[in-house]
Amino acid sequence: MKLPPFEYASPRTLQEATTLLSKHNGDARPIAGGQSLLPLMAFRLAAPSLLVDLANIPGLDRIEIRDDGVHVGALTRWCQIEADRRLTAAHPLLSEAVKHIAHYQIRNRGTIGGSLAHADPAAEMPALAITCGAEITIAGAKVSRVLAAKDFITGPLETALEPGEVITSIRFPKWRSHRRWAFQEFSKRRGDFALGGVALHFDEDAQGHASEVHIGVFGTGDTPGRLSAAEEFVRGKKVDAGLAQAAGNIARSAVRVASDMHAGAAYRQALIGTLIERALVEAASRAIEE
Amino acid sequence: MQIRMTLNREPLEVEVMPRVTLADCLRHQLGKTGTHLACEHGVCGACTVIVNGQAVRSCLMLAVQANGAEVVTVEGLTPDDEEFGPLQQAFRKHNALQCGFCTSGMLTTAHALLTAEPDADHERIRSVIAGNICRCTGYLSIVDAIHEAGESYRANKERA
Amino acid sequence: MATAKKGNRLIGAPVERVEDLRFLRGKGNYVDDQSLPNQVYAAILRSSVPHGRIRGIDKSEALKMPGVHAVITAADIGGEVPVIPIRLQPLPEVFPLRQPVIAVDRVRYVGEPVAVVIADTPGLAEDALEFVEVDIEPLPVVASRKTSATDASLLFPEYKTNLAKKFTGLKGDAAAAFEGAHYIKKQRLSVQRHMALPMEPRGLLADWRKDIKRLTVYGAGKVLFFNRRAVAQMLGLEENSVELVENDIGGGFGARGEFYPEDFLIPFSSYSLGRPVKWNEDRRENLSAMNHAREMEAEYEIACDADGTIRGIRGHVDVDNGAYIRSNGLTPPRNVAQFTTGPYRIPNIHIDVSVRLTNKTPCGTYRAPGRFEGSFFIERMIEIAARDLGLDPVEMRRKNLVTVDEMPYPMATMQHIDPYTDTECDSGNFHITFDRCLKEFGWDEKVKLQGRNIDGRYHGVAAGCFIEGGAAGPRESARLKLESDGTISVFVGSSAVGQGLETVMGQIAADMLAVPFERVRVFHGSTSYVREGFGSYHSRSTVMGGSAILLASAPFKEKLCKAAARRLNVSEQEITLIDERAVAPNGASIEWKALASDDISAEESFTNTKHTYAYGAHCCHVAVDPGTGHVEVLDYVTVEDVGKIINPLTLHGQVIGAIVQGLGSTFMEHLIYNEDGQLLTGSLADYVVPLADDYPVIRGITLDDYPSPNNPLGAKGAGEGGIIAVGGVASNAVANALSSLQVEIEELPLTPPAVWASIEKQRLVEGTKN
Repeated sequence: MKLPPFEYASPRTLQEATTLLSKHNGDARPIAGGQSLLPLMAFRLAAPSLLVDLANIPGLDRIEIRDDGVHVGALTRWCQIEADRRLTAAHPLLSEAVKHIAHYQIRNRGTIGGSLAHADPAAEMPALAITCGAEITIAGAKVSRVLAAKDFITGPLETALEPGEVITSIRFPKWRSHRRWAFQEFSKRRGDFALGGVALHFDEDAQGHASEVHIGVFGTGDTPGRLSAAEEFVRGKKVDAGLAQAAGNIARSAVRVASDMHAGAAYRQALIGTLIERALVEAASRAIEE
Repeated sequence: MQIRMTLNREPLEVEVMPRVTLADCLRHQLGKTGTHLACEHGVCGACTVIVNGQAVRSCLMLAVQANGAEVVTVEGLTPDDEEFGPLQQAFRKHNALQCGFCTSGMLTTAHALLTAEPDADHERIRSVIAGNICRCTGYLSIVDAIHEAGESYRANKERA
Repeated sequence: MATAKKGNRLIGAPVERVEDLRFLRGKGNYVDDQSLPNQVYAAILRSSVPHGRIRGIDKSEALKMPGVHAVITAADIGGEVPVIPIRLQPLPEVFPLRQPVIAVDRVRYVGEPVAVVIADTPGLAEDALEFVEVDIEPLPVVASRKTSATDASLLFPEYKTNLAKKFTGLKGDAAAAFEGAHYIKKQRLSVQRHMALPMEPRGLLADWRKDIKRLTVYGAGKVLFFNRRAVAQMLGLEENSVELVENDIGGGFGARGEFYPEDFLIPFSSYSLGRPVKWNEDRRENLSAMNHAREMEAEYEIACDADGTIRGIRGHVDVDNGAYIRSNGLTPPRNVAQFTTGPYRIPNIHIDVSVRLTNKTPCGTYRAPGRFEGSFFIERMIEIAARDLGLDPVEMRRKNLVTVDEMPYPMATMQHIDPYTDTECDSGNFHITFDRCLKEFGWDEKVKLQGRNIDGRYHGVAAGCFIEGGAAGPRESARLKLESDGTISVFVGSSAVGQGLETVMGQIAADMLAVPFERVRVFHGSTSYVREGFGSYHSRSTVMGGSAILLASAPFKEKLCKAAARRLNVSEQEITLIDERAVAPNGASIEWKALASDDISAEESFTNTKHTYAYGAHCCHVAVDPGTGHVEVLDYVTVEDVGKIINPLTLHGQVIGAIVQGLGSTFMEHLIYNEDGQLLTGSLADYVVPLADDYPVIRGITLDDYPSPNNPLGAKGAGEGGIIAVGGVASNAVANALSSLQVEIEELPLTPPAVWASIEKQRLVEGTKN
């Protein structure tokens, strides 16, 4: 399983990178950590003529906590997010989700931008970005643009990235204090892609009723996405075990899933229902720091 | 392309083609055959080496991406003329290897882990080496060996 | 002659392994670690079509690629294309079903070699594969046992059927036993296709030296002498001009080292090009090229008395063997017929086994071939019978275990196979290991959790027993030689497959000669070390090779005494051997080292017609999450009696490792084909094996209370016992956990979706009742 031949460039600026990428007629690919791209190439499912390594472009690997949320540079590696203690308060859901991604060694190389650009339907980060309403900043040879995560992911392993474009950063909207959240994923083994997963968060009003309900699912089919039927059901209600079960049932019938060799559609539907129920219970029962 | 790296504390330069992975470069161009390839698609962990202090899969890294890096392979954990280090001693004592094929990756992963987290408990160790497949031992002896070696890493850290 | 007794210092001691010294420094020498000047690399073009007729192969484009030296197809072999010889159960009637080493005019599975590309680098060879044009006319695909049985599409039209072979295991009179039995239950049970998956894929480095007419092949393993004979015959060479060399080996588990197509193709390539040729199997091809295993379905009936006494077992096993009968393809089906009944006293047996051909990778042995499957079948049958009869499943097993007074206890006899297949359990007390296992497990406490739902998870426990056959004959050789530095070289015909052979053989030799462990060096893995050798399979290395060392030590010591007697001017009988010295009665002595010039060496063979049977018990405690179908193994205990423990450290490692492999077989591992005959699990992300945090609680206890009477060591083959009963015991624990839901477990693997589906099925049944 040797990699097919390709050329390699390691530009020092974003401008240089996007120019190189746009010259190769869409046959060039950016490479960051390479943890998704190189296996595809090893199986010869991808054979780009040029790899443009983004690693030496400065300034793309920072995590910044600003008034409008958490900005994560595209080249930020999973291990950096995992180790950043500020995030346990600034975005605990992001902090938690990253722990579920792949394995130790992969987390030392894999980047947030790379995962989003790869857009695997069973991966954690595209789902989290959509659930949280994250925005993705994209640089092209001529212009930059910002896309909502839900518009960025267009299909399984498909994104809105045009040839010559690269992701530069991701912004997760500001995390409200006292927000309730949970992340639940089930896979055959630790580190495997999910058979099903749920990321959710909601706020509570003075009466303890849920508002701003975001429920995202992944590992279900073509793309990760929010489950509006379940969100609507939960909105305005007090989340307890009974409600969680009912929300799980609604999710089970509302979610769209696909079968593959690892699990059939009926299983995945039921699993999503179970995980949503468990996630809601977990979110509701978590002690909130005052 | 000409690249430079520090391999097991020795600086070197080597000419590599872009398509060559760090694993193949180490094995076939630099003679470090202790780094093993068992899947070449980033699942099994046998090829784990330490790059700039972090455990990485060398089959999922191009040699050109290691330009300027400090790389440590299993051969660099304990030089030939030195006694076994704490990990190797513990692996031998606990019979934490049989065929030896996954062992290099286990040692490099464990070394990187214990250097950063000498207090790692059994659960943490299990979760980290869940990225390394072993088909012989059933893992229990490996986890015990790594845990036991942690004591020496703790002592080293305190001395430092 | 006398050897001063110092007691058995090494046999039975947890000696740390000599192999570790190199492995822990990254200094092992696996085949891909080795290179020869001027070598080129092979890559193999494999069929992507499961069944078809080859209309043509155009290699012209590939040959134009830079760095490509040759493209070899069946047409280039010249004359008849050789077939893979059948090593075990070489029945002439299945010879037409042997696999040609390269596809000639038909392909019969995805992964079958069609062409070999030779190039300057592995990458260039792989690049060129895409440029070899193969035109294949597809034929109807036989992707299941069911389709195979219709014979609508034949893999070998001239064989007239896809039914490769039928065996029968017989004992007593099953028909009579079933007549009027109090309880009869018919049950369908199946085991999925999975594989050994050693961590090191296969590899070969072949070096044909035309000038000296010598072929050396590195990367061999398991059965070097058999394979040497085979490749020599195929290439028309004298056997003694071919050397097979075993490197360090990254795991065998039964699958590595058998004769595969590449074992001809790579030496042939070197022979044709006159250059060393190296080939490393990559993981993608490994998953479709190395032997698959275990895909079979049983439909059994059990007959019992009301008190749980088993009167008989009868039924039929259907084996999906894949496309060809390879070197040991008939062994698993044979074993399932003979060993289904395991340690249980079942006086009447009639089991028919049908070996069917399908368009899938051929099957072969994987650790405990046929025994893992048979144990799953019988343990499920007993558990179901106990439930139906309202009996305690532990008591029912106790009642039916063969007792110590019944030893030796004969197994079923085989019909329609080689005549030398009668075998019997040699010694032991099955009740002791069973009771010990229950006690270590804490059965009396844990059984109180049976079927209970605790915090949303259903708990279940189960216990079962097994026997483990070992020490297949016919013989094994060892040669001891005194070197000029006074060390002892031990040459054995057994092979190392990562099991610590050097250490264990060294322990035996050092004890026999009463010398320190460090003074012994073990050499194995070359066809030039001893006259003949039979290899490492059927848990035989320690028993057979170790016994040969034991036998060779006597003439070796005699030679030492003779040589010393001459130097010290005393009679040979007066010499005492102690501390690597030969001592005369007057106190005069001479170092062994000084005698090396007298050519002190001895070679002996140990011949064996009787197998050994280690035995033991397993207990398992699981918790099942009905929401996800996930099964957590909370505790797993095994107790096994292996006759004589040589090295408890390495043995314990084998036991724990085998159990975890068995848990992989039970809960995870599955080679999935679609109905078009395509292998879907083509990566290690899809073919899932246990990881470090899947089964963290496992305990293994080994006893040596009942030595084997069949060899001088008293040892029994071990190393497979850990895996045998896992499928049956773990699946019974799951079934017991879900007993309140009336869930039946009939199929492995018990993946989360499969467990969930079995629960859901019952929910739907209950739903329609209400």
